[in-house]
Amino acid sequence: MKGSIPLVVMAAVLLALATLPYYVPYFYIFVATEVLIMGLLAGSYNLIFGYTGMLSFGHAAFFGFGAYITAMLLMHFEVPLLWAMIASMAGALVLAAIIGFFCVRLDEVYFAMLTLAFGMMVFAVALQWRSLTNGSDGISGFPLPEFGLGIDLTLADPMVYYYMVLVIVVLASAVLYLITRSPFGLMLKAISENPERVAFCGVNERRHRLIAFIIAGTFAGLSGALFAPFNRVANPDMVHWTQSAEPVLMTILGGAGYFMGPYFGAAVFVLLETWITSYTDQWMLFLGIVLALMVLFFRRGLLGTVLDRVMGR
Amino acid sequence: MTQPILAVQNLSKMFGGVHAVNNVSLDVQFRETVALIGPNGAGKTTFYNMISGRMKPTSGTIAFQGRDITGMPPHQISRLGISRSFQINNIFTELTARQNVEVALTALHGQAVSMFRLASRNRPIQEEAEQVLARLGLDDLAHQRAGVLSYGDKRLLEIAIVLATRPTLVLLDEPTAGMTPEETRHVTRLVRKLADSGDYTFVVTEHDMSVVFDLADRILVMHRGQRLAEGTPEEIRNNPEVRQAYLGEEEEEEAQA
Repeated sequence: MKGSIPLVVMAAVLLALATLPYYVPYFYIFVATEVLIMGLLAGSYNLIFGYTGMLSFGHAAFFGFGAYITAMLLMHFEVPLLWAMIASMAGALVLAAIIGFFCVRLDEVYFAMLTLAFGMMVFAVALQWRSLTNGSDGISGFPLPEFGLGIDLTLADPMVYYYMVLVIVVLASAVLYLITRSPFGLMLKAISENPERVAFCGVNERRHRLIAFIIAGTFAGLSGALFAPFNRVANPDMVHWTQSAEPVLMTILGGAGYFMGPYFGAAVFVLLETWITSYTDQWMLFLGIVLALMVLFFRRGLLGTVLDRVMGR
Repeated sequence: MTQPILAVQNLSKMFGGVHAVNNVSLDVQFRETVALIGPNGAGKTTFYNMISGRMKPTSGTIAFQGRDITGMPPHQISRLGISRSFQINNIFTELTARQNVEVALTALHGQAVSMFRLASRNRPIQEEAEQVLARLGLDDLAHQRAGVLSYGDKRLLEIAIVLATRPTLVLLDEPTAGMTPEETRHVTRLVRKLADSGDYTFVVTEHDMSVVFDLADRILVMHRGQRLAEGTPEEIRNNPEVRQAYLGEEEEEEAQA
């Protein structure tokens, strides 16, 4: 019985999301779209953070890279969005393989620092290579093309874009979820607890961590590909280290122990940001207070704490 | 004599200027049970760490089934058939007891990178894991989170993980440390049974001398990183040097206690 609670909750959430445009103000369609995109970013991040135990501070590199690839392809070649998204995932995969190759050699704080360092390098390239990236202004003013595969979607309509994002995020998250429940996912959980013991079971744990890093980066690239057309710009902010902090904060906010935790954290994060910034400029102060309280009293995150209670863990 | 399954030659490990292990050689024959004893700090665990790939030796060579494995990484050594337990419990506390064993079995069956199936529906591996747990009398605890098991059961689960990798050579590092006399007898019987099955070769470090004399075909005594003596339990028991350097200390301690 208790095992089915998360499934019931997930079904209810999906139903609510599918019918959302019919009962919320128009403005919240934008908020919900951002929540979904950020949810995928945080969800992909949790594959390496929560499941494998790797604290990366460079996840925005893949998110931003994906955003730039899609923005450039739309700007210069007007390719269908689906192909742009696939290109973004492929690009992020390659970048994650390169960065990951070096980073998984290190553990803990050194791993974190190296991901941060690579993130800064990617940011520097995005900012300085003006002929390609248009510097700090970024790439904007690109047209929103067709979706591809002959599917007729008016992507410029926020409601249509919302539903497209919903479908893609749900599909991508389903893939991520299955990975966490696979034999490979079991290995990741074991590695997060005790990488050495896993190695003594005959597993090349470094290779496992690299594969997880690449998968997470690839889905972050997809998240970026969804974000650029939504935001109508790809700029260096999206690869900045403060952007890398967001999936970390969202995951801690929602809870790393459950698959839905980071998604929930993304929703809380975006909603709080929306509400608080409409009253005051002190968003960061509020966020800081909330995070401090979370880390002090609710280590398992908001969703994690609630589900722990319900499931009697 | 036939070729030894494990051939350690002139193995040394320096930490700073100190020899933790100093020029120790050991040949272990297939199906033999060798005990490695010595007071704390004798270098037993460092010796294990080098054989299992956790540490690279400063000098010397290690051959397993005739193949040089000196300096190989742990996962490769494990795949060749050497598995070790740890002195301190080294299990996955957040996973269930069965999942702990499944980790080792998943690796053994080459499914460690398998992503397109559910681990929870992997019946062959689950059944095998249950069999391994049953061998250790842990079958009732299969679905318990490993972190909540009793100390003795955690030590047994550690051995279950070791066996699940289907090793030919098993290195046990103080398998009965911290156990109650009852649990110690259980583990001793278990290792005896496994050794008698003829599938395994054991190297065991142990502080409990009754366990050592009960299990070992041969004993290597280490003292301050060096080989002090080697022989049958009978020979070691009667070796005056050993009595003085090691057993004597124990007896003195016991006399004081």
